[in-house]
Amino acid sequence: MPGIEVPKEKWSGKVREVTLGATAANGGTRSRTVTVGGETTLPFLTFEGTIPHPPAIAVEVRDSQPTDWPSLLIEAWNGATQTPGAWARAAEASGADLVALTFSPSDRLNAAYARQTLREVLAATGLPLVVFGTGQADLDNEILVAVAEEGKGENLLLGVCEEKNYRTIVAAALAHGHLVNARTAMDVNLAKQLNILIHDMGMPLERIIMDPTTGALGYGIEYGYSVMERLRLAALQGDSMTQQPMLVTPGEEAWRTKEARAAEGVPAAWGDYATRACNWEVLTASALIESGADIVILRHPQSVKRVRSVIQALMS
Amino acid sequence: MALTGLQIYKLLPASSTNAEVKAHANCKECGYPTCLAFAMKLAAKQAELSSCPYVEETAKAQLEESAAPPIRLITVAGTAKKLEVGNELVLFRHEKTFYHPAGLFVRVKDTQPDAADVAKAVNDYQVDYVGMTLGLDGIAVEAAGGDFAATVAAVKGVCGLPLILMTTDPAQAEAGLKAAAGSTPLLCCATADNWQAMAKLAAQYKVPLVVAGNGDLNQLADLAEQVKGAGVEDIVLDPGTRGYADSLAAFTQLRRLALKKNERKVGYPILAFAGEDVVLAGQHIAKYAGFVVLDRFDPAVAYSLIVLRANLFTDPQKPIQVLPGIYEINKPGPGDPLMITTNFSITYFSVANEVESSGLPGWLLVADAEGMSVLTAWAAGKFDAERIAKSVKTTGIMDKISHKRLIIPGHVAVLMGEIEEELPGWEINVGPREAVDLPNFLKTRWG
Repeated sequence: MPGIEVPKEKWSGKVREVTLGATAANGGTRSRTVTVGGETTLPFLTFEGTIPHPPAIAVEVRDSQPTDWPSLLIEAWNGATQTPGAWARAAEASGADLVALTFSPSDRLNAAYARQTLREVLAATGLPLVVFGTGQADLDNEILVAVAEEGKGENLLLGVCEEKNYRTIVAAALAHGHLVNARTAMDVNLAKQLNILIHDMGMPLERIIMDPTTGALGYGIEYGYSVMERLRLAALQGDSMTQQPMLVTPGEEAWRTKEARAAEGVPAAWGDYATRACNWEVLTASALIESGADIVILRHPQSVKRVRSVIQALMS
Repeated sequence: MALTGLQIYKLLPASSTNAEVKAHANCKECGYPTCLAFAMKLAAKQAELSSCPYVEETAKAQLEESAAPPIRLITVAGTAKKLEVGNELVLFRHEKTFYHPAGLFVRVKDTQPDAADVAKAVNDYQVDYVGMTLGLDGIAVEAAGGDFAATVAAVKGVCGLPLILMTTDPAQAEAGLKAAAGSTPLLCCATADNWQAMAKLAAQYKVPLVVAGNGDLNQLADLAEQVKGAGVEDIVLDPGTRGYADSLAAFTQLRRLALKKNERKVGYPILAFAGEDVVLAGQHIAKYAGFVVLDRFDPAVAYSLIVLRANLFTDPQKPIQVLPGIYEINKPGPGDPLMITTNFSITYFSVANEVESSGLPGWLLVADAEGMSVLTAWAAGKFDAERIAKSVKTTGIMDKISHKRLIIPGHVAVLMGEIEEELPGWEINVGPREAVDLPNFLKTRWG
């Protein structure tokens, strides 16, 4: 009986490699750098291509303790959420590859405060940083310009660049040698277009991460999942402007859902609250990693450990 | 793999070398002007081969073979419910859709005193997700040194879902099959050592049979061929992988072989084992398993997997819609804010989720916009002043609130004047464009 031949795709394209952070040798103060991307096949199909770098896990650290996070999540950090420095140290200890410092809108938020917060986090952790603004354009332009200047040399990943607000952030990143995160709303063409717009400003493609946005499990994850699969297929088929590594925020999305927030007043069929809440984040993140995510931003320390073990199993 | 029109044409009378058959070339009896036209319709699946009375037997066999699904549809049935898996046509859901959601089974052992209790709990488990009532699909009973037949009978007595009978001992398998009489369990499994006896049982009892490999797909394909040769058509494959990377590779290769290479030897659904690992079960659901066996029943795990499965098996062409009507968020009172949005599920969930997590009470009216998002529906004329006014007037919301203020999505601010005309006496407030800004809007602008 003739044997069967395992079908292998001959992909012509490759995901770009992007490096976050800089050690002293490159003008920064990070204890290590993190490189993502470089895949020459679909997620973890090493029988036909290479996955040179495992997906990286970032832990979201806020400039101040959030008031709208469920207590299950806050308590998991054992008091470290009180200050961004302590939180960043705890994030590193939890096994994260990156710290994602995210600013919350508040009255005290301004350029000086942002600089000081960045200094505190840089001093507390040796991990490369992602720094995200609040999502409010005017505020973000003010604080991210300050952050870019303050963090010169650190090769930060700055965001969030969106179609309606990217020029100032990109210009600041260009001026001070940082990377940018380009976020679009679950659409292949929009993602491509924003990469082009940012690249047209002179930003090298090796300094752009794309963020196609996702929904949480139960809240639209299938849209993000399929858009990421399509983007990765396009990248492997050689479409240059889709070859950026992908970042998504399953932590933020999952912990917004009722499943992760409501301990009481929900159907008994939802099961134990703590188990369900963490499953929500871990399953969302894992599904996205298997559809092409190169960086996932998580919130719960237990999720970091679980997603890490999934990544290790997939890379083995 | 489906044949092209030209390939089919070569099998029709016009292309025949048999003079008698050739005499019927382009006879039009099928209702099409030429054999070529008929072939094109057959390729497009718009005509039936039976319309041609003259097609030769050998050609017919080839055509029917090509029309068979690349992954065989397998049906298992309990005393109350059945499950169909297989018949998948794509590797990625965006290419078309995934058709048959993977069955989720919970494993019990015949040495486990509470096997029947677990089976009953699994049988009774139901959960509501966006208006659908969903549940688990069956019980895998494993022979582990206890009384297998008695356990199968006990499980069947309390659980109407399909069963998987797990034993490699043909004598035990037969006892289990007898105990499962009246249902169609999946027999698991045939191995290199026992396949003759297991195939015989599967054929005799008319049940699908799992063919278990050792991780080598060639060995698996050969074993499946032998089992098929012994008269078993309904086959399920267990490639023998148990981890993340090996399962992903093997299941992907099997799906590709079936779909892209039309490899009939492995054109069957896959049985996967996830142990107690919810994430591994999630991978199996996304990447190509037809049956997923979990080692423990835990509602917190079951619910998350059922939701993941519902999401990934949603037809991308037909997004999930929510029912139009009134949705109460955080127990609103008559004076609390009234908002309106469309019935596209993601739109609804974005809005409902933001308001809900803010803790603020509110009334959310969901208009029938044919499942489109706000901007798309507005552009298509499915979310206009008339439809918005109709929702307010026909849902009964006016009996539940004590005010006449309506918050509309910022994206349709342009409709404000028209809505005020349609709803005399109402104050129309233009809300934020994005749901994420709603809590702040409600805090600062409502009062």
